[in-house]
Amino acid sequence: MLRDEDRVFTNLYGLQDWGLAAAQSRGDWDGTKSLMEKGEDWIVSEMKESGLRGRGGAGFPTGLKWSFMPKDTSARPSYLVVNADEGEPGTCKDREIIRNDPHKLIEGALLAGFSMRACAAYIYIRGEFHNEGNILEAAIDQAYDAGLIGKNACGSGYDFDVYVHRGAGAYICGEETALIESLEGKKGLPRLKPPFPANVGVWGCPTTVNNVESIAVAPVILRRGATWFSSLGRLNNTGTKLFCISGHVERPCNVEEEMGIPLKELLEKHAGGVRGGWDNLLAVIPGGSSVPLLPKDICDTVLMDFDSLKEVKSGLGTAAVIVMDKSTDIVQAIARLAKFYKHESCGQCTPCREGTGWMSRVMDRMVDGRAEPYEIDMLLQVSKQIEGHTICALGDAAAWPIQGLIRHFRRKIEARMDSAPKPSNASDAAA
Amino acid sequence: MPTLTIDGQKIEVDDGTTVLQACELLGIEIPRFCYHERLSIAGNCRMCLVEMENAPMPIASCAMPVGDGMVIHTNNPQIKQAREGVMEFLLINHPLDCPICDQGGECDLQDQAMVYGKDQSRFEENKRAVKEKYMGPLIKTIMTRCIHCTRCVRFAIEIAGVDDLGAVGRGEDTEITTYLEKAMPSELSGNVIDLCPVGALTSKPYAFTARSWELRKTESIDVHDALGSNIRIDCRGAEVMRVLPRLSEEINEEWLTDKSRFACDGLRRQRLDTPYVRRNGTLQPASWNEAFDTIAARIKATTGNRLAAVVGDLADAESIVALKDLMASLGSPHLDCRQDGAALDPSCRAGYLFNSTIAGIENADACLLIGTDPRGEAALINTRLRKRYLAGGFNIASVGASLNLTFSVENLGSSASVLSVIADATHPFASTLKNAEFPMLIVGQGALNRADGAAILAVARAIAESVGMIKEGWNGFNVLHTAAARVGALDLGFVPGEGGRDTAGILAGASNGDIDTVFLLGADELDMSQLGKAFVIYQGSHGDAGAHRADVVLPGAAYSEKSGTYVNTEGRVQRGSRALFPPGDAREDWAILRALSGHLGSVLPFDNLAQVRTRMIEVAPVLAALDEIAPAEWGSFGVAGPLNDTNLSTPIGDYYLTNPICRASLTMAECSAVYSVTEQEATGAHG
Repeated sequence: MLRDEDRVFTNLYGLQDWGLAAAQSRGDWDGTKSLMEKGEDWIVSEMKESGLRGRGGAGFPTGLKWSFMPKDTSARPSYLVVNADEGEPGTCKDREIIRNDPHKLIEGALLAGFSMRACAAYIYIRGEFHNEGNILEAAIDQAYDAGLIGKNACGSGYDFDVYVHRGAGAYICGEETALIESLEGKKGLPRLKPPFPANVGVWGCPTTVNNVESIAVAPVILRRGATWFSSLGRLNNTGTKLFCISGHVERPCNVEEEMGIPLKELLEKHAGGVRGGWDNLLAVIPGGSSVPLLPKDICDTVLMDFDSLKEVKSGLGTAAVIVMDKSTDIVQAIARLAKFYKHESCGQCTPCREGTGWMSRVMDRMVDGRAEPYEIDMLLQVSKQIEGHTICALGDAAAWPIQGLIRHFRRKIEARMDSAPKPSNASDAAA
Repeated sequence: MPTLTIDGQKIEVDDGTTVLQACELLGIEIPRFCYHERLSIAGNCRMCLVEMENAPMPIASCAMPVGDGMVIHTNNPQIKQAREGVMEFLLINHPLDCPICDQGGECDLQDQAMVYGKDQSRFEENKRAVKEKYMGPLIKTIMTRCIHCTRCVRFAIEIAGVDDLGAVGRGEDTEITTYLEKAMPSELSGNVIDLCPVGALTSKPYAFTARSWELRKTESIDVHDALGSNIRIDCRGAEVMRVLPRLSEEINEEWLTDKSRFACDGLRRQRLDTPYVRRNGTLQPASWNEAFDTIAARIKATTGNRLAAVVGDLADAESIVALKDLMASLGSPHLDCRQDGAALDPSCRAGYLFNSTIAGIENADACLLIGTDPRGEAALINTRLRKRYLAGGFNIASVGASLNLTFSVENLGSSASVLSVIADATHPFASTLKNAEFPMLIVGQGALNRADGAAILAVARAIAESVGMIKEGWNGFNVLHTAAARVGALDLGFVPGEGGRDTAGILAGASNGDIDTVFLLGADELDMSQLGKAFVIYQGSHGDAGAHRADVVLPGAAYSEKSGTYVNTEGRVQRGSRALFPPGDAREDWAILRALSGHLGSVLPFDNLAQVRTRMIEVAPVLAALDEIAPAEWGSFGVAGPLNDTNLSTPIGDYYLTNPICRASLTMAECSAVYSVTEQEATGAHG
């Protein structure tokens, strides 16, 4: 279990004030200038050594991502974009960071922006986070007033601006290139890659898009050293992580824990365990709505990190742990997710536009048992036709929950069909 | 230059080539819907998926730039399966109403479904239905068929330069629309019909009239403006069913203006299909012999000096040379091809051509428009200017009325007097032109058909010379014509001979009785009331202004009904082909003139088209080189003089009603009502 002195987010629960003075008393903005004086390359190499993997879901090494930014910014400026469009169902970690510890994010933005020679950071915040947006803007004002950002940020001689941009509620705008489009004032449609944002991003300029949590942990990593961070967790899955535990547990919560903590331990230590005891567990979605669910027998032993979850054909995603006990109608639960992805598909590319609607409708029928057994395989095939064939990862995100359901709960779907009342021919004709 | 391997074949391609283009170079066909070589890459249909080694999933070949050492597989079972998956998705919500779809037989979706489609649907849900959208009188929409490739949207935004098309909604509720359901405000709107890979956007006038496999296709040349766009005329039986563009990088690329495309229904309305002779004040049908005898009697009663001829805007070079020779044999020097009185100087060819060429616009870096509205006069020149404008570093300014073009233009003033300021290099734009490497100017007919037209021509020449537009390998002096026949007629010298009268002189002579017989070869744009008591012979295809005024009507062939030579505004000689025969007793125009010459006792020395063409080339040797442009020699033209202070304006009143064919077209009348009559101007009489 994570020791208290290793916690990064020391005001996660808002027990203290979010303001600058309180943040400074917690250690934020401490020696930021001296960190910057160690140089851009030092920051990037430290981040690389820390082994931090992006906290937005894909788990791409953060330091490596920063190192892709061009060294020469004379022709085009570089930008940092912070993705605070936290829309993944089950996930609420960035919200808490911004609500209670915004200065971690702002300081992280400065250090990250400095290391990639960016002139500004744009924080794209989910529109529904209205109050959090207000707090963030107030915190940015505090930082400007204290000379921590803006001209000559922290007295380092480096000029750096931070802007807040509010989204308008589309899930797809959390996809980094759709976010960039939306930031530019256009409809949030994902862009084709290549070119990657590090080459052509916001307004055609080199851009790095990072999750709030990835940015917010950076200052602590730099202050305490890469070896401290990498000593936590497991190889290639280092550090601490915010877990958002929701669903059928005694005490749903956000909690910071070490990467690689066993799922069972995570739930029992911090969330009071599964409602009705561990044996009442049906399944867990370990990383936000888009990753395949895990049945109880895997949950018994699985570790919560990128590679362990990948081994069991799921993923850490945003580490939003959705717990479902045996009272759950698992088919309906996944059907609801399918409906979500149908609703949030941007409609740009064919497989996702057409496939999410198809899958959602078949799932709806399966909830009532109004389907034939062969349709289970057809549904699986349709999900495979979407997976990997789309412009962005939303296609995969829509396919995976259904694949997880069929992989682990095929019997449940079939049983539903068996027990469903068969329509008589007469009622068929009437319909 | 990167080298990559595609299906085991090595190929070296230019940097920036996409995988799809590289595959095409090898002759490997990649299915696609959204990709179009003249539009930006969308990558949204996902049909062009190929396998790239070391990539975790298939890539969209249309969007992937080649890299050195790439290994691509386009034809393995996984890729076939991936494409079949995409095809299935495209078809689940597609109505599959091919038997009643106008795209049937020439539909990309239909064709590719033959390869990647399945014989059965697994989709048991209800199909999506989408409401039709109003896009104007030309585009019929059946939006349920739409596969959301966004070609039409990209065309509207990128090529046509109008923002009126877009996609609203998201996911499977995405719909392509004109937002407010207004007619698409572009002269190029019809091109979205060609671009649409399915039957979502089809031609409204052509709806349910023919199937593509029933049509006889003839490659020809358009005459509705002076560009000579390359077209294909599709006929069934004795009717032109539709006109489509043909690829021509030098002229129309693969676009076509709405007038050229949709005025074809005018080819079967208001046609002159038998000769007419005016008896007791009314035109009455007559035989060819009666018509010719009536003319012969009249000619006998007059002298060459009292006889005049005017050539209209749509005439082919063959009939022009025949009429010229006929008039010469009758001793008349009163010839003109400039109906609008434009002060074009026939003595120097470079003085009436679009010398930079249309494709050459893309090389220019500064442009001055003089009294021209390229959007109305030649929409495809406007498209080239926009293409050049979008490439950046293109200064463009205009003298004349303020323009509503598809790019921004600096207006230097509306009066011609600005031109002298530019010519003497005191105007700031003069230095812009001077500093440009390839400066150009475009003089419109609106600047030349004024009393001071010759002076404007001279000052335009002075500007061209003073800023260095004329140099080795570049001539930036351009005249933009509006009449398809004009350059050919000037090349053939259909202008006043020794002591001859020009158009204004002919009309004045007819008014006061000095001219008593006027031959109009398809000339309908004259003020017929000025012809006074003159005996008027009208030869042409349509019952328009000229035929109404005529005393004898000789029914000729429209451009679709003859094999004619046309010289476009660049001086490019092109030959159209006959798609069908003229209606009724109507005949090809050169043949009518040849027959008439026999009745007049001065037989023209040719009996077939080849002989006419030999004579044509004898008169104008430049007409020998088909499809080529020889740079015209620079010389002196125009007459320096005082410039009139009135404002310059375009000669195009209503873009959709500029010639007898489009005035006979119901489609064009509808377009005119929709596009040219604005809400403020519309009265109760506008329906």
